[in-house]
Amino acid sequence: MSDASFPTAAKTPRTSLLAADPRTRKRNAAEARFRAYGLAAIAVALVMLVVLLVTIFSGGIGAFRQTYLTIPVTLDAAQLDKKGNRNPEDIKKVLTLTYGKILDKALDAAIADKGIQVAGLSDKDLSGLISKEASADLRDRVLADPGLIGQTIEARVLVNGRVDGYYKGRVSMESAARDANTSPAQLELADALKAQGMLATAWNWSFLTSPDASDQRPEAAGVGVAILGSLYMMLVVLALAVPIGVAAAIYLEEFAPRNRWTDIIEVNISNLAAVPSIVFGILGLAAFINFAGLPQSAPIVGGLVLVLMTLPRIIIPARAALKAVPPSIRDAALGVGASRMQSVFHHVLPLATPGILTGVILGMAQALGETAPLLLIGMVAFVKNFPAAPPEGLFDPASALPVQVYNWTQRADPAFVERASGAIIVLLAFLLCMNLFAIFLRRKFERRW
Amino acid sequence: MPVSWTLLIVLALAGAGYLLTRMRAVAMAGGDTRKLHSRPGHYGWNAALLTALPAILLIAVWRFVQPAAGTALISMVALALAAAGLAFALIRTSPSFRARNAVEGMVKGLLIACASIAIITTAGIVLSMLFETGQFFRQYPWTEFFFGTTWSPKFGGGSQLGMLPLLWGTLYISLIALLVAVPIGLFAAIYMSEYASMRMRGVVKPLIEVLAGIPTIVYGLFAMITVGPLLRDWFSQPLGLGASASSVMTAGLVMGVMLIPFVSSLSDDIINAVPQSLRDGALGLGSTPSETIRKVVLPAALPGIVGAVLLAASRAIGETMIVVLGAGASARMGLNPFEAMTTITVKIVSQLTGDTDFAAPETLVAFALGLTLFTVTLGLNIVALYVVRKYREQYE
Repeated sequence: MSDASFPTAAKTPRTSLLAADPRTRKRNAAEARFRAYGLAAIAVALVMLVVLLVTIFSGGIGAFRQTYLTIPVTLDAAQLDKKGNRNPEDIKKVLTLTYGKILDKALDAAIADKGIQVAGLSDKDLSGLISKEASADLRDRVLADPGLIGQTIEARVLVNGRVDGYYKGRVSMESAARDANTSPAQLELADALKAQGMLATAWNWSFLTSPDASDQRPEAAGVGVAILGSLYMMLVVLALAVPIGVAAAIYLEEFAPRNRWTDIIEVNISNLAAVPSIVFGILGLAAFINFAGLPQSAPIVGGLVLVLMTLPRIIIPARAALKAVPPSIRDAALGVGASRMQSVFHHVLPLATPGILTGVILGMAQALGETAPLLLIGMVAFVKNFPAAPPEGLFDPASALPVQVYNWTQRADPAFVERASGAIIVLLAFLLCMNLFAIFLRRKFERRW
Repeated sequence: MPVSWTLLIVLALAGAGYLLTRMRAVAMAGGDTRKLHSRPGHYGWNAALLTALPAILLIAVWRFVQPAAGTALISMVALALAAAGLAFALIRTSPSFRARNAVEGMVKGLLIACASIAIITTAGIVLSMLFETGQFFRQYPWTEFFFGTTWSPKFGGGSQLGMLPLLWGTLYISLIALLVAVPIGLFAAIYMSEYASMRMRGVVKPLIEVLAGIPTIVYGLFAMITVGPLLRDWFSQPLGLGASASSVMTAGLVMGVMLIPFVSSLSDDIINAVPQSLRDGALGLGSTPSETIRKVVLPAALPGIVGAVLLAASRAIGETMIVVLGAGASARMGLNPFEAMTTITVKIVSQLTGDTDFAAPETLVAFALGLTLFTVTLGLNIVALYVVRKYREQYE
């Protein structure tokens, strides 16, 4: 019996625990593939993040450097102050155009002085080298200090955006030959001036402080008004969304009876958080501008729209923070005779503050980067004047950082793309600071019960 | 600006009211606060709230409803109201007055009002769009709006405002975005919740979430200056499929990248919610980790993942800046993904920016589009939230 029971043994495949059979190999290969897919997915996401940041930064870093020309300018009293009485009213009557001519003459003189010779240089190339913004700057400088008239001053003026682009690699001799706004001769002149040390590319603070500039002068455009406008909107959000959001969270988490009305509010809030932001823009246009008659492109309207949009994003984390405070705290407060209101405001709320603040900051960071609703309430308008100090300034026209980016992408001159990327760097820097602050708060103060 | 001055005066009055009433309450109790019904601060707060609330409410309502007329008058009324509130609170103050109950009642009312703002916002959205949409349908037949296949607005009359090309563009771009985001996001979530070590998870998860914190305008610019030209020069022109940098593909790919963290963090939560016992059972029967995931974890998590995908879809449909900068503006219904197409959100922006005439159907159509967008995304959200909630209950 025992002898006969083994004839089948030869037919079964010989398996060893040490050598994997084909089926196991297949399964293990599938396992390895599956892991590789996961790793690949993570790698793709991270690579996209890096590519995104690198392209934006490499494109935008140029906006923080700008080419300037330093030349001696003789402010001729005969042209600038014909009556010779240095009366500011009379000096104001001299147009920007005159200052442009003075700058052209100064450049002429400087070239002749240094003995620079460039073949095929036309008058248009020469006067086009200096930015159109420079004459207005010079005029402002003289108006601020009429005593300068009659003197020869060292003026540091912006050069044309194309020449600036030449030093940043955006414009080449070949592209200049096809370009109506510059010419190879102009670039050669710029090179010659650079060799003399009169032309230099330097750090550009005015990108952060100066207002937007018109289509023809990308070299002068800055994000000053946009930063201020965004700041005003954040003030409105801080002043309205934070107290209202926290109050709503306290009510829903601590006081609300479980009934139909509360259910409706809760469902509503979670749905509002997922409504597309552009819909809030439509609401702002219809309610705040058409119905309430608030002015277009004002930070107050933008702020109010962002408040409505940010509210659910503040309420939801605030509720989570309140919920995380253990009930024993409330019971202890109630036990020593506090009212429910006192237990919440004296004990629960202070303990939940770090969590609430983290949510608030993240909500505000999201509001700061929001663009679409602001487009609809007229924030795309070209604004060159700084808004006044709040509260009046909240009603003045202003821009906002993300909208300024959009605005610049719609301009024809490629130099504005560099400005747009530069504005994004500023925006991302603000967002990074806010997020780091939120992380700091969480790490430092958050308690686990 | 007299209104802000009025507000300041009202607040100063409220502050004075707090101090005055508090002192009066303490004085009436002869300096012994034990004889008061409430803490002295409650008497003060009662006065401050009674002074400030009605006046501020009045100014806010007036500011919103009738901003043009009677600034001086309204300031006077508001100040009178504040003074009356202060006087009333002062008179009521006595040791037996239940100040705590009064204050807490008012504070609770305030809290309820704040919580109701969410409802008011929704009502505002729906009402403002319904009203203008009604105006639009009075001037333009709704059948042609919903079923028309041509979009060519002409200021000056004779425009054709069919929504279908816009809807097609929106859905096409969203589809491509989801085809990018769902596999990448899902695999990333699976790897992070099932395979990755704590250390790797701690590094990678925040990095992927950085993608979610980047404003959409940044993605838009990325699509416009990097992805668009890249696709045009390397794919569509060599293949002869189109010559435009802005295309369905550009917008879809970039939007897909934007949605990755959205899908991955939601799926991560959902996969983590699958009970460990299910995994242990499958592993104990000899399945490999990947077989456990494919045959046990994913089927168990499927409803939740479907919910996450629906939420991502609603995000994609409502996304604006990426399509404004990446998809183009020509309304067309085609299958070629390298052609420029346009979406509902792009057209809302283009019809409502610049010079607008709120009586013309070409402007009003934006509200009808907005209402459509709101309805579609709301529907998706409600279904998704319902599915996710049902799924959570299943394992709690």
